[in-house]
Amino acid sequence: MKKAILSGNEAIARGFWEGGGHFANAYPGTPSTEILESMVQYPEIRAQWAVNEKTSLEIALGASFAGARSLVAMKHVGLNVAADPFFSASYIGATGGLLVVTCDDPGMHSSQNEQDNRWYALHAKVPMFEPTDSHEAKELTRQALSLSEKFDTPWLIRSTTRISHSLSIVELGEREEVEIKGYEPDFEKRNLLPVNARKRHEVVEERTLKLREFAENFWGNRIEEGDPSIGIVANGISYQHAKEVFPEATFLKLLMTWPLPDELIREFASKVKKIFVVEEGDPYLETYLRAMNLGVEIIGKEKIPMTGELNPTIVREALTGEKPSYFEIPKIPHRPPALCPGCPHTPVFYILKRLKANVTGDIGCYTLGALPPLSAMDTCVEMGGSVGNAYGIEIAEAMRGLDPRKKKLVAVIGDSTFYHSGVTPLIDLFYNNGITTVIILDNSITAMTGHQENPGSGVTLKGVPGRRVDLEKLVRGIGVEHVYTVDSFDMKTLKEVINREIHRNEPSVIIAKRPCVLLPQMKKRKYTYAIADPEKCTSCTLCWKLGCPAISVTKDKKTWINPDLCVGCEVCIDVCPVDAIYLADPNADNARKAGEEVLGWVKKQEQ
Amino acid sequence: MGKETRTVIVAGVGGQGILLASNLLSEAAMEAGYDVKKSEIHGMSQRGGDVISTVRFGEKVYSPIVGLAGADVILAFEKLEAMRNLPYLKKDGTVIVNDYRIDPLPVASGYMDYPEGIIEYLRERVKTISLDARQLAEKAGNIKTMNVVMLGVLSKSLDIPEEIWLRVIERRVPKKAIEANKVAFRLGREVAENAEL
Repeated sequence: MKKAILSGNEAIARGFWEGGGHFANAYPGTPSTEILESMVQYPEIRAQWAVNEKTSLEIALGASFAGARSLVAMKHVGLNVAADPFFSASYIGATGGLLVVTCDDPGMHSSQNEQDNRWYALHAKVPMFEPTDSHEAKELTRQALSLSEKFDTPWLIRSTTRISHSLSIVELGEREEVEIKGYEPDFEKRNLLPVNARKRHEVVEERTLKLREFAENFWGNRIEEGDPSIGIVANGISYQHAKEVFPEATFLKLLMTWPLPDELIREFASKVKKIFVVEEGDPYLETYLRAMNLGVEIIGKEKIPMTGELNPTIVREALTGEKPSYFEIPKIPHRPPALCPGCPHTPVFYILKRLKANVTGDIGCYTLGALPPLSAMDTCVEMGGSVGNAYGIEIAEAMRGLDPRKKKLVAVIGDSTFYHSGVTPLIDLFYNNGITTVIILDNSITAMTGHQENPGSGVTLKGVPGRRVDLEKLVRGIGVEHVYTVDSFDMKTLKEVINREIHRNEPSVIIAKRPCVLLPQMKKRKYTYAIADPEKCTSCTLCWKLGCPAISVTKDKKTWINPDLCVGCEVCIDVCPVDAIYLADPNADNARKAGEEVLGWVKKQEQ
Repeated sequence: MGKETRTVIVAGVGGQGILLASNLLSEAAMEAGYDVKKSEIHGMSQRGGDVISTVRFGEKVYSPIVGLAGADVILAFEKLEAMRNLPYLKKDGTVIVNDYRIDPLPVASGYMDYPEGIIEYLRERVKTISLDARQLAEKAGNIKTMNVVMLGVLSKSLDIPEEIWLRVIERRVPKKAIEANKVAFRLGREVAENAEL
């Protein structure tokens, strides 16, 4: 048997391939992104980036209509965006196997909440698998494809950060070739007019009964006999933590967690003296078990934390009271992530801070502009939220009888986030006579999640040219008249334009444009660096406020620039009022010149 | 082959080659016949934040991570990160620390001070092997081999044959860097051989 060490995400992609998967698409989102990236290696799969989670599910559903085995992957909050088609897809069912993969993020390593997406399965009546390691992630994905067709339902695969981003050994199998059947209309099944939907709801309820029966005998739900004094019910990664702490206990291991196997649960309860429910997040299993009146003591969330991630130490302490003996350390400086040296977002936030603007923010690298010393973003809610949030503040301020322009309202949103869900609130603002200024930070890539191509970059997931969306034309197409594309590194112009537009009594959009400094065509070059002259430096602190990781303060409070980190973007040179900073080699390549070349390349593509 | 699961936390700063190092360790352990699990956090940490990767191997590994006092070894590519992860080390564990400093933003922008005497702090509490991996990587002919120098040090205390390590390195690093990485690995291993614990 061929073995490999795969991450949960790679294993899901592998399982989809082995199971005869045809089409996969997704919007990138940590911790789900690598599922689609990993699909690229399989030529039989058509894999592509979607503009958002809703469109990705709609497209996958359409592919399923035509008989293609399809998959969408998203982070937990992505399923909120895709919830509308998700609920409808449950009624419609799956002609070609249809998998929805949700990767939740307990501990919020890279997310704005820690919602528990298991409730979506229950809520939409869609069966759900939860792997506990990479091998199971592969197997469950593979098997869910044919099960989805057999039961005529989309199938939810729920992962978490520690499943998606943990690597374990996987036994590899071969691909099963499945033919794409082709599209045949089925009006009563797929057109959810009330007259059809009423019948479909009945179908869903009948299907649920069949799925319950299936869950009872499914290989992934089983009792692992052991010490009868402790019975542990666990799902996903929590199973592994619990198994580590209580290897001798009796376990009810559940890989299918909706619908749940009632008879199996009762059998398990009859074998043990008390039940520990070990689950991260909400009391999803616990609530179900308690409602079953099993006649056995159940211990769950009164001991197991509701917030954050679990690990074996936390599970042990919660259930045995055993406290770990560990080294306590004094308070040390934290190491927050920061905008990169040469990041084109830095000057924009620097200017917004100097203008004392009120900034609503959004999701992306640029959310880091909220952290000190830039501290130039008040809010960050969800994908695309910035535009509507700023406009709402404008409305409330105007309703107080005040001129909202005095608030200097600015919504800041990245290019990829704007395509995702920033376009519709801008239409709203335009249509309802709003005047809020929107700044689109256009670095022509989806940077935060690791540089995925997007509609503005003109390249697809498989690396072939796609059509490019022209951001400025898109905004002008809505009807916004005041649209200005400004070089993010041209701080003088940028400051003038922002200051002018936040005082304008009409809506305006400023596109601050510069390629991400980590783009491959930027990163592979060798750059000169900047030097700060300690004799000239007056310790005025202005360049420190850029929050550039290459700039630090010496013991005698002078600027020092780390030549290993600096890429010579010249932004600190522009900021310095006494010309104390200069390039080591003014004739050599630097990030500013390179960015202009790449921008030139982009402009050429536009023509 | 030891039955007990061994846990190594590889810690450092984004961009230091932590994930490649933990990949090499995982593959070497798998090739030596162990069950292996590895866990790491992507996302925000890519932007210069702290990064940790946990590798666990043994006859049968359940959880891919550990909590407080759960690791046998902390392999730190930067010294402040060694200190940060000390609570996750077993009291009788070992720290292998690169005596190398990267200022985090609060230090760089003058809000906080970088702690003095980290290596001494560690030595007073726990078995500590400290080295200048950057210098050894330079000696090996490629500054980017710092992570493999660190693996060389680690390798001495793990039950994985040297030839497996070298095989995995050959397979996983870019062709033109294979020799430098092999030298780097041996330089690291020498450090561990000469270390007095």
